[in-house]
Amino acid sequence: MNALAIPAATQVGNTTLNILIFSIFVVVTLAIVIKVSKQNTSAADYYAGGRSFSGRQNGIAITGDYLSAASFLGIAGAIAVNGYDGFLYSIGFLVAWLVALLLVAELLRNTGRFTMADVLSFRLKQRPVRTAAAINTLAVSAFYLLAQMAGAGGLVALLLGITDRTGQSIVIAVVGALMIIYVLIGGMKGTTWVQIIKAALLIVGAGVMTLWVGAKYGFNLSGLFDDAIKQAGNSNILNPGLQYKNKIDFISLSIALVLGTAGLPHVLMRFYTVPTSKEARRSVVWAIWLIGLFYLFTLVLGYGAQALVGSATIKAAPGGVNSAAPLLAYKLGGELLLGVISAVAFATILAVVAGLTITASASFAHDIYAQVIKKGAVSPDEEVKVARRTAVVVGILAIIGGIFANGQNIAFLVALAFAVAASANLPTILYSLFWKNFTTRGALFSMYGGLISSLVLIIGSPVVSGTATSMFPGSNFQWFGLNNPGIISVPLSFFLGWLGSVTEKEHNAAKYAEMEVRSLTGAGAEKAISH
Amino acid sequence: MSDPNDISEERAARYLEVQNSQEFAELRKKFRGFVFPMTGAFLAWYFLYVVLATYATDFMSQHVWGNITIGLILGLLQFVTTFAITMYYARWADRVFDPAAEKLAEHMERGNLQ
Repeated sequence: MNALAIPAATQVGNTTLNILIFSIFVVVTLAIVIKVSKQNTSAADYYAGGRSFSGRQNGIAITGDYLSAASFLGIAGAIAVNGYDGFLYSIGFLVAWLVALLLVAELLRNTGRFTMADVLSFRLKQRPVRTAAAINTLAVSAFYLLAQMAGAGGLVALLLGITDRTGQSIVIAVVGALMIIYVLIGGMKGTTWVQIIKAALLIVGAGVMTLWVGAKYGFNLSGLFDDAIKQAGNSNILNPGLQYKNKIDFISLSIALVLGTAGLPHVLMRFYTVPTSKEARRSVVWAIWLIGLFYLFTLVLGYGAQALVGSATIKAAPGGVNSAAPLLAYKLGGELLLGVISAVAFATILAVVAGLTITASASFAHDIYAQVIKKGAVSPDEEVKVARRTAVVVGILAIIGGIFANGQNIAFLVALAFAVAASANLPTILYSLFWKNFTTRGALFSMYGGLISSLVLIIGSPVVSGTATSMFPGSNFQWFGLNNPGIISVPLSFFLGWLGSVTEKEHNAAKYAEMEVRSLTGAGAEKAISH
Repeated sequence: MSDPNDISEERAARYLEVQNSQEFAELRKKFRGFVFPMTGAFLAWYFLYVVLATYATDFMSQHVWGNITIGLILGLLQFVTTFAITMYYARWADRVFDPAAEKLAEHMERGNLQ
């Protein structure tokens, strides 16, 4: 995904109106967050919203959590500029949800309590496995968070016309501060509501624009393509190959996309906010429908932007490729629609970073502090206090990171987050849920192996050095050749998990029995035993 | 708080008893028999699509009707199959798996596992 680059040109639309609409969003969501958070004291409240959300609510919240600014602005922009390849990219993000639906969501909900590490350490040695799972959670969340915060800078330039660095830094700090407030006041409950509202706005906004574009072409997709081809002067926008020149690299990216989603800790944590595994299933069903619908909208919006705005105008605009959807909104509905879409884009960043922050803070407080450092000898109140403090620290680090990363080419961070999730998290999740002979050594090999191999390959890749578009265009220490590590790191982690397990004899038969029975029947420990 | 990996002998015996029961083995087989082949199928179909889009670009670029290409149709079919598998699984889980799991949970409580 292209980073939201710092622009030079002027912006379109009415800045005051954009700020006004965004302020309304902030005031309304803040009021709702305060209202729903009256009861927000226990650990289950802070981490899991009291597990009181319905499957439908959680499905909408998952959609809000998943559809980041990169999805909304990036994919529409990629289709507008490169045509088919942008669409191809979006499909991986959708199909990936089937892994979550069939293999992960319900079993995870039945087994764990608050974090991904709860499940991974269930029948293995607590401290080493929990530590590794928490490190991976923090790493994935940090990469994802940094990408979102850095993107905020480019978005500010595009939507508010703030082009100087100081001004952008102030807005990044405001976004970060708002996010900290949401998380502190609302915990998971408040964060969930922000995500629900944002998802509704995003889907309605994109849906209205899609209908608008459709109406212009009499709902004839072929006619829309006709105009897009005329504007582009290139019929290849309907064909694959414009964006992804390196075939192996795209396959590598696809592996990470399709296997990464079900290993993203902030996605996994959302499954704990519902009361039962059945509701967890419903959550994913809702999420798949909404996310799929949204990507169908982006197909129309992307080609619509190409046809009605033109890729040359889009590339030259502030924000570059990412300006496709906002420019299309301006073309269709003028300042008002641009203002609404701008506010939705901001809300998107806010909702996603809030979800990531709560995940990172939960993992630090629940896994590292309570279980590893204090060995479980800590009250839930104390744990939540630590989680809240961690959220503030994470928020401040995100602001600082976002200000420094602003304008850097850090597009690879989202892909890296998916690669680490697919290679460091998913193999261990699947092994521990489905393979009897999986051991602590297997888990550690797979988790650290996946994390380290992904990082090493990314550092040695062209996205970091060696080309004009690299993060460090001036130096060249690349040796890997591919931008995406998945094709190596995912099979490697599966192999390491197997290798570690077959070289060690460890089997906690009782805990494995408990895990398997619990995961499939949902008969929680207490219910199954107390007779 | 004790080590979460500690489990009382009584509880351990109960879980092992359930895990070793015929009824649980059937439930597990039912679940895996559905989700494993389905996962294999959708992953194979997805990667077939990815490989076609990267290596068979001429094929994907063929126009079927107006500007509608094979690539677009196959891409949209990925959406269709994803939605279809979602509905199929949800229906199966509601009608076949959940009742079996609930029955097992009931038997566990009453202590009359088959």
